[in-house]
Amino acid sequence: MTLDPKAEAATALHRFGVGPRAGSIVAIASDPRGALLAELDKPAAGRIANPDLLASGPAARAAFEFQRARRAERQAQRAAQQGAPQQGAAQQGAAPEMTRSADAAPAAPPAQPPRQGPGVPQQIYLDEAKARLGAALDTEIGFVERLVWFWSNHFCVSADKGNVRPICGAYEREAIRAHVLGRFGDMLLAVESHPAMLVYLDNVRSIGPDSIAGVRRQRGLNENLAREILELHTLGVRTVYTQEDVTRFANVITGWTRIAPGQDPARAGDFVFNPNMHQPGPQTVIGKTYAEGGVEQGRAMLAALARHPATAKHIAGKLARHFIADEPPPALVDRLARRFLDTHGDLKEMAKALVTAPEAWDTPRSKLRRPGEWIIAALRATGVTQPELGPVMQAQNLLGEPLWRPPSPKGFADESAPWLDGLAQRLDIANQLARRVGGEADPREMFEQVLAPLASTETRQAITRAESRPQALALLFMAPEFQRR
Amino acid sequence: MTLHAPSRRELLLASGTLFAWAYVPKVARAEGRDPRLLVIVLRGALDGLAAVAPVGDPDWVALRGDKGLALDGKTPALPLNSFFALNPAMPNLHRLYKAGAATIVHATATPYRERSHFDGQDVLESGLGRPGATDTGWLNRALASLQPAGRTGHGREAFAVGPIAPLVVRGPAPVLSWTPRRLPPASDDTMMRLLDLYRHTDPALARVLEERMGLATIARAGGMDEQQPRAAGAGQVKAYFAESAGTAAKFLARADGPRIGALAFDGWDTHADEGTMSGRLATLLGALDGAFAAIETEMKEAWRETVVAVVTEFGRTARINGTEGTDHGTATVALLAGGALKGGRVVADWPGLKVANLQDGRDLKPTTDLRAVLKGLLKDHLRVDDAALASKVFPDSSAVRPMAGLLV
Repeated sequence: MTLDPKAEAATALHRFGVGPRAGSIVAIASDPRGALLAELDKPAAGRIANPDLLASGPAARAAFEFQRARRAERQAQRAAQQGAPQQGAAQQGAAPEMTRSADAAPAAPPAQPPRQGPGVPQQIYLDEAKARLGAALDTEIGFVERLVWFWSNHFCVSADKGNVRPICGAYEREAIRAHVLGRFGDMLLAVESHPAMLVYLDNVRSIGPDSIAGVRRQRGLNENLAREILELHTLGVRTVYTQEDVTRFANVITGWTRIAPGQDPARAGDFVFNPNMHQPGPQTVIGKTYAEGGVEQGRAMLAALARHPATAKHIAGKLARHFIADEPPPALVDRLARRFLDTHGDLKEMAKALVTAPEAWDTPRSKLRRPGEWIIAALRATGVTQPELGPVMQAQNLLGEPLWRPPSPKGFADESAPWLDGLAQRLDIANQLARRVGGEADPREMFEQVLAPLASTETRQAITRAESRPQALALLFMAPEFQRR
Repeated sequence: MTLHAPSRRELLLASGTLFAWAYVPKVARAEGRDPRLLVIVLRGALDGLAAVAPVGDPDWVALRGDKGLALDGKTPALPLNSFFALNPAMPNLHRLYKAGAATIVHATATPYRERSHFDGQDVLESGLGRPGATDTGWLNRALASLQPAGRTGHGREAFAVGPIAPLVVRGPAPVLSWTPRRLPPASDDTMMRLLDLYRHTDPALARVLEERMGLATIARAGGMDEQQPRAAGAGQVKAYFAESAGTAAKFLARADGPRIGALAFDGWDTHADEGTMSGRLATLLGALDGAFAAIETEMKEAWRETVVAVVTEFGRTARINGTEGTDHGTATVALLAGGALKGGRVVADWPGLKVANLQDGRDLKPTTDLRAVLKGLLKDHLRVDDAALASKVFPDSSAVRPMAGLLV
């Protein structure tokens, strides 16, 4: 199927990018595929340059310090309350005097000044969310941004798990963005050794039963991270591993943890391999024996997983399902898997293989945009560059895709069906956004700029015949051609 | 093509139709009954031994020690019979049990024997013997089997609460889902224009929007759209469970409402610091207990025709792991409540807790196929026939006989 140049440009922007802005379609119409490929070669593609954002170490320490101060505050409060009976008795004697004077009330010291604004972990989370939103609104096409979202969801962590909130944004920058066009094996190692992942999937508490700490403290293994690495991050469920493999792999990565505040305040929250927690000895996982080598044992295991054909197949399938169709063409998946193996997991080469595949362009646009994608696309269409963060976050929550808070380690669903049910809520949000920006915007011009090359006559008519500008905008955001990519 | 925005009157008619046809199981209706079934899926794998403990089993104490429920101590478990006791966070369920309106099924599991949540949930909700098929759920197919194909219209709705309908209720029979609103809604006019556009260009989107509009009408009429202040932490969980379950019950209770509903509660994957008696699991079980109470309250007189079935994808390890939690296991409990039950019983072919009796030496061994329980409910409560149960609803399950005697 040949698309006319504008339709191909619009497809590039909707399917592979974060959605067109005014001028985007014309800007790349001469060579849409070339434009996607060129974005991959931009220096520092996928990175966020913002000196105000904290790396995960400092962010974790700021949160620890905040929690420490809170505890101290509460203790002081309790101490004051325990002291209170005496004070109360003394005051009782003075009661007649106190009832006389209203001024006496402030003399009782307030327990603490009322706290202003969110706490430190939440503030860091919001700063990161804002930076991420900014990156999505700033980019020209946003193919790399979409790849970041894909990998971040593949390797998801949740801000709702204790202590992950202040570092989930840093995690995405350090483990995902840093490797989004690099090698899968490097991303895998960065992910699985990142404190956010180690906390999220409980590995910080997993202790080799025969390790020094295991014997001394009578603690043991937690299989959570090992299982999800095999099932979700690399090989895929029901592939080549057994329950024994999970348990042995869990042994391999015992000791992969982070420094506790009590251990070393200056480095608290950083990754550390703690040999005292590590299950000693060789481990045989999926038919291969890994000699004892401390942290190297786990690294070798991860490197082997990153090269495994089952991983290639799993990743190829997910990538094609995310960008192309819920049921991606098998030939495309096979080619992507082969590319993964041939290039030793070069993710830039995978991205190139994806957009140069004929199926990437001639498969019908049937996938429903996920809520986060849809909100960004709508904001970009309006030309808003500095939206208020609060309503954007609330909209994502309402639509069931709260930022960095997936319901499970599997991440948010990538198929369309589960998101269909939120369609009516999308209308409410479209309506709100339209009400906010609809006074000034010209819906017909916006339609020409972002949707016209892909739109049906019916959609064009619905927009042009709307009873008001806000209504026209709401219909534009809700049009099938804007919901699907 | 024609493009006209229907009048308000047409809209009301359309919405009215949606519920005037509201499904009633035909055979049950002929018997003068109007049964309701609400399925609650606990995602993450409930630790059945922490919910309902075999305190009379001689090997119980050795297995869980002071992390396990006991009839004495600071937070004594609530005795069910001489052998089993209920988690103290569930006084409502205990009360229902004593009143004959709750049944516990123990040592039960789906046919799934691996330990992946997502596969396990697929099997639990799809009703198939193996994972991988995720387009239709057994509850939806049960509904679809109750009326012959060819009879069209909005006659067979199932109902779901939340922005995403659980798999168990997705499928050929239409599903209505409802989520509390937090934003001012779009006008009816905008909605109708959009619906008209979808009808001409994207039937799948049109269907979803139509269903939602019908529900919005009931929700508004019932005063359910009011904003609730958000509580925090454990209170938030409790409020969410009670609100979701209570809302589902409100819809099911209506004379013209749907008769089958499903919702899912997440958060049961207690790998670390499980908190059986005070902590995370106790909070969740307490919230679930509140959901039972909310359903009973909102069902009003329909409660006596109601069955609530609470199921989970699998159980957890029999022993506590190295981090005071439990890892993925096999058998667990199913909790049934409702006035239609012949309750006050624990149904269990108890496998015992000696190492030799544990599944793979680590999990409670399943002795009751969960499908037998569900088939028993569908058969005796909704009157789904045996052939449909064995072939369509739970394919390849003819060897698993529907459990008899669950209903009054």
